[in-house]
This record gives sequence, C-alpha cells and structure tokens, in this order.
Amino acid sequence: MGEFIKAFEFIANNGAIAGQHSLPSLTQLTLETLKVAAIGVAISVAIAVPIGVWLGHLHRGSFFAINLGNIGRALPSLAVLAIGDAFLGLGLTVVEVALVILAVPPIITNAYLGVDGVDRDLVDAARGMGMSEREILTRVELPLAVPLIFTGIRTASVFVVSTTTIASLAGFSGSLGDIIANETSYHFSGVLGAAICVAALALAVDWALALLQRAVTPRGLRLQGEAKVGVGAPAPGLT
Amino acid sequence: MRPRREIGPTEATEVSALAASGPVIPNFGANSSKCVVENRFFCGEWVSKNWDSVLWPALRQHVLLTAIAVGIGFAISMALALAAHRYGWLERPTILATTTLYTIPSLALFELLVAPVGANIFAAEIALVSYTLLILFRNILTGLREVPDEVLDAAEGMGMSRRQTLLRVELPLALPAIVAGLRIAVVTIIALATIVYTIYNKGLGVPIHTALGEGPFKTELIAAGALTVLLALAADGLLVLLQRALTPWTRAR
Repeated sequence: MGEFIKAFEFIANNGAIAGQHSLPSLTQLTLETLKVAAIGVAISVAIAVPIGVWLGHLHRGSFFAINLGNIGRALPSLAVLAIGDAFLGLGLTVVEVALVILAVPPIITNAYLGVDGVDRDLVDAARGMGMSEREILTRVELPLAVPLIFTGIRTASVFVVSTTTIASLAGFSGSLGDIIANETSYHFSGVLGAAICVAALALAVDWALALLQRAVTPRGLRLQGEAKVGVGAPAPGLT
Repeated sequence: MRPRREIGPTEATEVSALAASGPVIPNFGANSSKCVVENRFFCGEWVSKNWDSVLWPALRQHVLLTAIAVGIGFAISMALALAAHRYGWLERPTILATTTLYTIPSLALFELLVAPVGANIFAAEIALVSYTLLILFRNILTGLREVPDEVLDAAEGMGMSRRQTLLRVELPLALPAIVAGLRIAVVTIIALATIVYTIYNKGLGVPIHTALGEGPFKTELIAAGALTVLLALAADGLLVLLQRALTPWTRAR
C-alpha cells in the first residue's frame, strides 16, 4: 500500500518529479486528455446521431446499425491507433480519426434503437394530429429516444477517454497516458498516480453525462428511464 | 520496484526522427528481405517466417487470456445473477459496482492492480474478468426475467421444485440472452487483451508493441491487428453455432 501513498503524493504535487522540470503538470495533461476526447466525441456525435436517428426514423438498415456496433466492439483500439501511426504518422488528426472510428458505432446503434423503438401508435397519433414528418421526428421521436441516444454517447465517451490514454502507447503525446507509458521518468508511483487520475476522469465524465442525460430527458420519461442504467447496446440488439 | 519493460514506444520516437531525413532501415536481422528492410505495406514472407516464433505463440496466449477471463467472469456473473434473480434488491448494487469497474479505462485498471497484486497474470486476469461482469450479469439476469409467467406456472403445476424449474425451464429459456452476453463479453475481452502486455508480457499486444518500437514495422502491426480482429470474429461465430446447437427450438419459429 506504500505505493498508493506515494501515488497520492504524486497527485498532490500535481505530477512534479524531483529533478525533472520539463515534464508537464498533471492538470495540464488532464486538460489535454479532456480536449482530445471532447473533440473526438463531438465529431462522432455530429456524424453518428443524425445517421442513427435517420435510419431509425425510416425503420431501415437494422442489420447495418446493429452489426456496426458489434464490429466496433471487435476493433482493438491499440491496433487501430498503431496502424494509423504506421501509415499516417501519429498526430492529433490521426488520433481523432481513430477515436471517431471507435466511437461512431455505439452511438449509431443506440440512436437507431432509440428512434426505431418509439411506439408506432404514438407516431400514428402524431400523424393523425396533422404533424409533418419533420415535426414527428423532432417533437415525438427524438424526445422519446433521448435516453438511448445518450446511453450511446456515454458509452462512446468513456471509450474515447480510455482510448485517448492508450494513444500514448502508440507514440502520441498529450494525454495522461503519457505518464503511464513512461515509467522511466515517472517511476511506478507516478504511473499509479496517473492511473488513479485516469480512472477518476473516466468516472467523472460518465457521471457528468449521466446528469446531463437526466437534465435533457423529458420529465415524463424520467421515471421509466431510471431502469436503464448501464453501458452499451441493450441485449436484444445482438441477433 | 519490479523488473518490467518500458511500455511506451521509446525506440519509436528515435526511429521516426530518422524517418524524416531518409528511408527507415530498421535492423530486422541480417537476412531480412528487401520488402522488410524497406518496410513496405505488408510482407507475407515475414509472416510465414515468423509465424511459429512470434505470431502463433502470441495468438495462443491471447486465446488463453480470454478464455480464463470469460470462464471466471461467467461463473461469477452467473452466481450474482442467480442471487439477484432470487433477491431482487441485489440488482442495483451489483449493476452499480460492475458499471464502475467497466468504466475504468483498461490502461489505468491494469496499473491499479499491479500495486496490490504485482505485474503478473493475476493482475491481468482480475482486470479482464472485471470487464466481463457488467455485460454477463445484465444479460443473464435479463434472460432469466424474460421467461414468461405462464411457463413458470406450468412448471409449478407439473410439480417441479424451484431447483428443477431453474435448471430445466428458466436456464434453457434464458440461453439465447446468455449466449448474446457471452458474445459481447468475448469480443470485448479479445480487443482489451491487447493492452495486457503493459503489465504482463503476453498476448497479441506483444507483437504490436514490438512493431511500434521498430519504425513502426507495418507488416507486424497489420498481422497482429488482423489476427486480433479475426480471432474476435471467429470466437463470435463459434458462439453463434454453439447457441444454435443448444437451442434447437428457437429455429422452428
């Protein structure tokens, strides 16, 4: 347990190592990690939510939307990053592309399942009330699909934070993973301290998004929504 | 504190600095072919030459790492799910605990386990097992809960004991959901096990790590990456076949 005490000292010193002044501070690396992850999540959401929602609205492409999620899971993030590194060189752009490749599938799958699963009777009722297709999508289907869409975004965000740290193993620098990948400079206590920070960061991101999810979920859905704790596509998605 | 190799691509930075100035000529041994020396897209000949010494052992270790993790994870999840099926209040705390474990990034969890357990197979397996729990627990419990009430009533009417109902009615009917969970767990663990090398030098992460330090050496990266994905797809396919064999009645519909 001595190592844990040293690790917390490392955190308390904001990542300062005696005799090494050029190393970035923990705060700096945490902010960098968040920045890299946030860009990746933002791009993925911009790409994947419209596709998933649109496919769900048309009730088409279930095979594509569901299997995409399963294939995404099989991609080892280290290999994706390493291959990006080999062919394009590992700059921020390549890391972001890898993050998007890994984050898009769960968002599409969940957005699809969310919109596709909206009660058809409700949609018929909306149509009967004279709503246009656009109104049906924005005022009926989207609000009802919010819990699942957000589940996808949460899954993807945690995954992206995790992958951002793994990028350090593939040679990218600019995340908390840099410390874990560099035991020579930071010693084991630093590595352990960084691991604690990474774990805390991922949990914080997940909780922050859970709060946001609650805030944007229509009030009427909140009670039912409570049941849906967790990550990833629900089991019935796997066929 | 413990003998362990540097896990970051320390050599890589120095070689890629060279890359800017001229062609990369990593030292892959005296009798490397031209393809390897020039680090072309993919050198099939390197793969066949190094299959027995590099790729096959890594693949075997990867399968073993995954099988142990999913096996133990399945046993724990089954016990937890059966308990939560009987005592409903257990569900929420279990979901909370397993979700938390699932959320911790792999690179961090491995290191967090090194401090108390050491950089060995135990740390690796504890981390991998903890990633299977949420998926398996949730699927097994969902499967058990979705058994229709009429079926349970019929079982009771036939005079089945609680134990018989579980073994002969509930578990068989929950099989599709259980196998669906196993499929997600196996595929997830195969992808995650490439990070194991950071604390325990085994699995397909090892050739990926070696390749990153050599240029990076494209052939080895692609070969190891492709093997990981193919292993996941093969395992997934096997589980689908297993499910079909175990649940012949689902095909009649």
